[in-house]
Order: sequence, then structure tokens, then C-alpha cells
Amino acid sequence: MRLAVASGKGGTGKTLVATNLAWSLAARRAGVAYVDADVEAPNGHLFFQPDFTWIERHGVPVPTLDGAHCAGCGECASACQFGAIVSGPDAVTVYPDLCHACGVCLRACPEASLREVVRETGTLRRGHVGRMGFVDGTLDPGEARSAPLIQATVALGGEANLAVLDAPPGTSCAAVAAVEDADLVILVCEPTPFGLHDLELSLQMCATLGLEAAAVINRSDLGDSQVRSLLARERVPVLAEVPFDPEIAAACASGMLASAQVPGFASTVEAVADQLLARCGGRQ
Amino acid sequence: MRQIAIVSGKGGTGKTSLTGAFVRLAGRCVAVDADVDAANLALLLPGQDDEWRPFEAGRRAVIDPGRCSVCGACLDACRFGAIRTVELGVESDPIRCEGCGACAQVCGEEAVSFRPNRAGLWTTRATPWGTLVHATLGVAQDSSGKLVALLRREARRLAARDGVDLVLIDGPPGIGCPVHAAITGVDGVVVVTEPTEAGIHDLARVLTVIGHFGLPSGIVLNKADLNAPGAHVVETVASVHQVPLLGSIPFESRLPGLLGRQETGLEIDGVREAILACWRAVGEVLGDSTHLALEPVAAGADHRRSRAAGLS
Repeated sequence: MRLAVASGKGGTGKTLVATNLAWSLAARRAGVAYVDADVEAPNGHLFFQPDFTWIERHGVPVPTLDGAHCAGCGECASACQFGAIVSGPDAVTVYPDLCHACGVCLRACPEASLREVVRETGTLRRGHVGRMGFVDGTLDPGEARSAPLIQATVALGGEANLAVLDAPPGTSCAAVAAVEDADLVILVCEPTPFGLHDLELSLQMCATLGLEAAAVINRSDLGDSQVRSLLARERVPVLAEVPFDPEIAAACASGMLASAQVPGFASTVEAVADQLLARCGGRQ
Repeated sequence: MRQIAIVSGKGGTGKTSLTGAFVRLAGRCVAVDADVDAANLALLLPGQDDEWRPFEAGRRAVIDPGRCSVCGACLDACRFGAIRTVELGVESDPIRCEGCGACAQVCGEEAVSFRPNRAGLWTTRATPWGTLVHATLGVAQDSSGKLVALLRREARRLAARDGVDLVLIDGPPGIGCPVHAAITGVDGVVVVTEPTEAGIHDLARVLTVIGHFGLPSGIVLNKADLNAPGAHVVETVASVHQVPLLGSIPFESRLPGLLGRQETGLEIDGVREAILACWRAVGEVLGDSTHLALEPVAAGADHRRSRAAGLS
């Protein structure tokens, strides 16, 4: 069972919801893991200080020329759809940032002179916080393509019975890589014009991917009512509304789990956890 | 022409609201919404959109069931899991397909063809302060960097055509591909952060990326009073990275309600002065002051520019 916590807009409170929800679920049953797939800005570890048991560099395959067999024919460069390989006399130049690791150039080379080497782009970590599992992926600054690392992070986290995925913001390839196999997408939204617009995009993403969506409205008392109308119109269940609370903001700001500091918020999160366990009861 | 990008690392720190305010203070500029995943700047800049134009990037495989012999070679060749078996053979999932052509390469029946991929839409809007160039990327698309590059090209063209000497770019969150496209070749980067653990963590990461690009930058601390200890840490991070703090803006709980009226914080006493101070600092540290400052600042402009260069 995978629960993805996502949002079109950044900064709506995805990590707040994902960390506290995972913690609350872990208190109720074994085999729960928090999985931080927001590899460009992974912040879950700040709230948990996990004990790491496994840390590994993650890489993607890129082509390289193997010795002196290159005839300079240019077949690899013309086969590459991403402009990632340029052929000159007796040599090829690879632009790793552009490479999608599709393997087409290897197959195109009549001399079989290309082979793949792994280029590291980030770090995967696995550990635990008490009995809750913890997984995160961290993209190296300067790297452009996050989707392969996100997929690896999600796959690692998918080993848990119940994974709570903290997804990157947006609706493009990075967000899709995190949510595509989720059993439920929890969209954290805020009732502002920005929040409304980005929620519409997130709902489109879920519809396109055929994913079930639910919502948590954060800072629910700051803004207007249009987000609620949209959710009602689209028949998306609202799991919780979280009013703006300086105590929640302060706990978050200093890297603490807000549910451990603010009793009112703790009961909100517990109620969401109970609803989710009731929903997924027969599906685990 | 000067190009200034506004980025943040962490989402939701206030990039778009601040860009909306800067556009108003600039008075005349071309604005680019480079957060093509969740483009919101248009919500703050009133005006009529021109016709929406398609943005095509790459291609998607289409498998002709009439030719397919269901040999399964493409299933093995595709590294993106895009080929799936269906009742009458195989088909390519346009969401997973990256258009690499591996399937066509191995197909013995020439059953694979390609169609252009409509990755998004873009347009321009005439606002009271100049043109806004904005776009919307399609779901699951991986061409955000190319779309950002297109928007920025168009913005430079319009700025040159209209004799506008400032391009303001509202950047995406994160540190990946669209961020690179938003900051490549700009004259300065404004990094908006907040005094939270997550905001500071992501600030350090985005400053590292900006450092890779060798760009002058400055930090705006937004929601500064939400967490006083965090504000001190931001100052430390700024000094470690040798990036100047341009200014601080207090947290304002009324702002989310005001955004719906296309207000950006400039209407609120206390916030207005703080944003003004940040804008002046942008002019002094990152800009050619004659372009960026509210009042003409001719004397010392060159001195300040060399200081900005030294800081990068």
C-alpha cells in the first residue's frame, strides 16, 4: 500500500502532512515507512533524525566509448533523440545531463564500441526512527534529471507494507515518478488563488494517471472558499482541514514534528490516520 | 538588458508574490513565469492573454496493431516501461514513453511510428507594467527546461523589440532541470527563503547550484519573524556562501487573502517598506542601478556593480 502526499504548489505543507501522518500510522501498525521522494529538496530527515542503516550512491547509466574501435560513423549521434551524444572523427562526446539512458546509441553502433558506465547523481538512504522505516533520496546539486533517482527512492520505500511517499511539487515528470503507482494521492492544498490553480493541475494529473485523490486543506482559515468548492465539485474527499496555527509553524520551523508539540494537530493527524487505515483495511 | 531570476529551493517561500511586487516596483519590464509546472504569476498580473501557442518537444511512439507480430522485442528494449501488452498486441503508454526510439530500433515489422509530442502551451499577456510570458506544461512532461528556455528567449526578444531593459524571471522550486534553465545566463539571482529548517536546508542547496553557474546572487528572508533563531541561521548560511542578505520581510497572515485581489503585500504597511528595501538592495547588489532602483541612482553604480561581481 502506497500513500503519496503531493501538491501542485510548493510549500503547502506536504512534508508537514507526510511526516506527521507516517509517524501516526507507525504508532498504529508495523511495517510503515516514511519515504522522501522530493529529491531536489528532501527535508523529511530534518524532522526525524533517523538512524541510517544503509547509504548508497545512486547513478544512471551513460554511454562511453570503449577503446579505439570508433569508426566515426555518427550512427550513435543520429540515433540519439536527446542530443546527448555528438560524434567526431574517431571519438564521441557524451553530454550526461541530456542523456536519458535509453540505450539506443549502444544498439546503433555498428562496431559495438559503446558501453555503459554508471554516473552518480545522488544518494539513497535507508534507516529507521523507532519502529518506523525511513527512506530518502537526495539529488546532487548541479544535476538536472531527478526522475531516475525518484523512481529508485520509491522502489526502495515500496518494500514497506505501508509507505507514505513525500512527493516533489508540481505535475511534471518528477511528481509523476513519485505518485504513479500510489494507491491514494493525498493532495495538500491551501485555499488561496495560487493553491486553487495548482490544485486544479494536481487533479488533472491524478485523472490522467487514473489515481484516486483525497485532500488535506492546510492553513484552511487563510484565504477563500474556492478550493473547497472545487473539491466538492470534483467529489474529492477532504481528510482534514488544518487552520493556521503559529505553534504548528514554530514546531515546523525548528524541525520538530508538530503532532508531538501541538495536541490539537495531533488529534487531526490521528483522525486522518484512522480514516486511511479504515479505507485500506482490506487492501494491504 | 538585465535578467534577474527569483528562485528559492524550497517551494512556498514567496517567490511569486515577491516577483509580482518587483514587477510593480520596476514599473516597466518583461516578466517570465518559469515555474511552468505551477505557473501562478499571471494570477497577480492583470491583462488579456494573447493566443495560446502549442509547445512541442520530442515525440511519442505509436504502434500499428496491423503490422505488429507481438514478438515482444520492444517490451524488452524499452527501458521506461512504456510498452505494455494489451488484448490485441502491445501499445505504447504516452505518459511513460520518452520518444527514444528503442522500440522502433528492434521492431522487425516496422510497426512503430512517431507523433510529435504536445508538451505544453505558452502565451504572452500585456500587463500594466509590460509583457508577461507564461506557459503551462502538460501532465507528466519532462521538457520543462526546454519550455523555460523558450519563454526566456521570447522574453528577450520582446524586451529588445520594445526597448525594455529588464527581464524578471519567477523561477521554479527545487534545484533540477527547470531551475538550471531559469538561471542560465542571468545577471543576478534573488533567492527567497524562510527561517525554517527546511527553508535553510534548501537555501544552502540552491546556493550551491547558483555557485556552480558562477552567478551573483542575494538572499531575501521572507516571513522573517516566524522563527527568530532560524533568521540568525539564514544570516550564517549567507555569510558562509558569501552571498549578501538583501533584506527581510515580516510574515503577514493577511497576504494569502489579498492575493485574490491581485495584491502582493505592497498595500500593507510594514510589508511595503520591507519589500521596497529589498528591491533597492536588488538594484544595488545585482543590478545596474540605473535600471533597477526606484529613484535614479547614477553615482556609484559602477562601484556597486564591481562589488556585486566580487561577491559572486
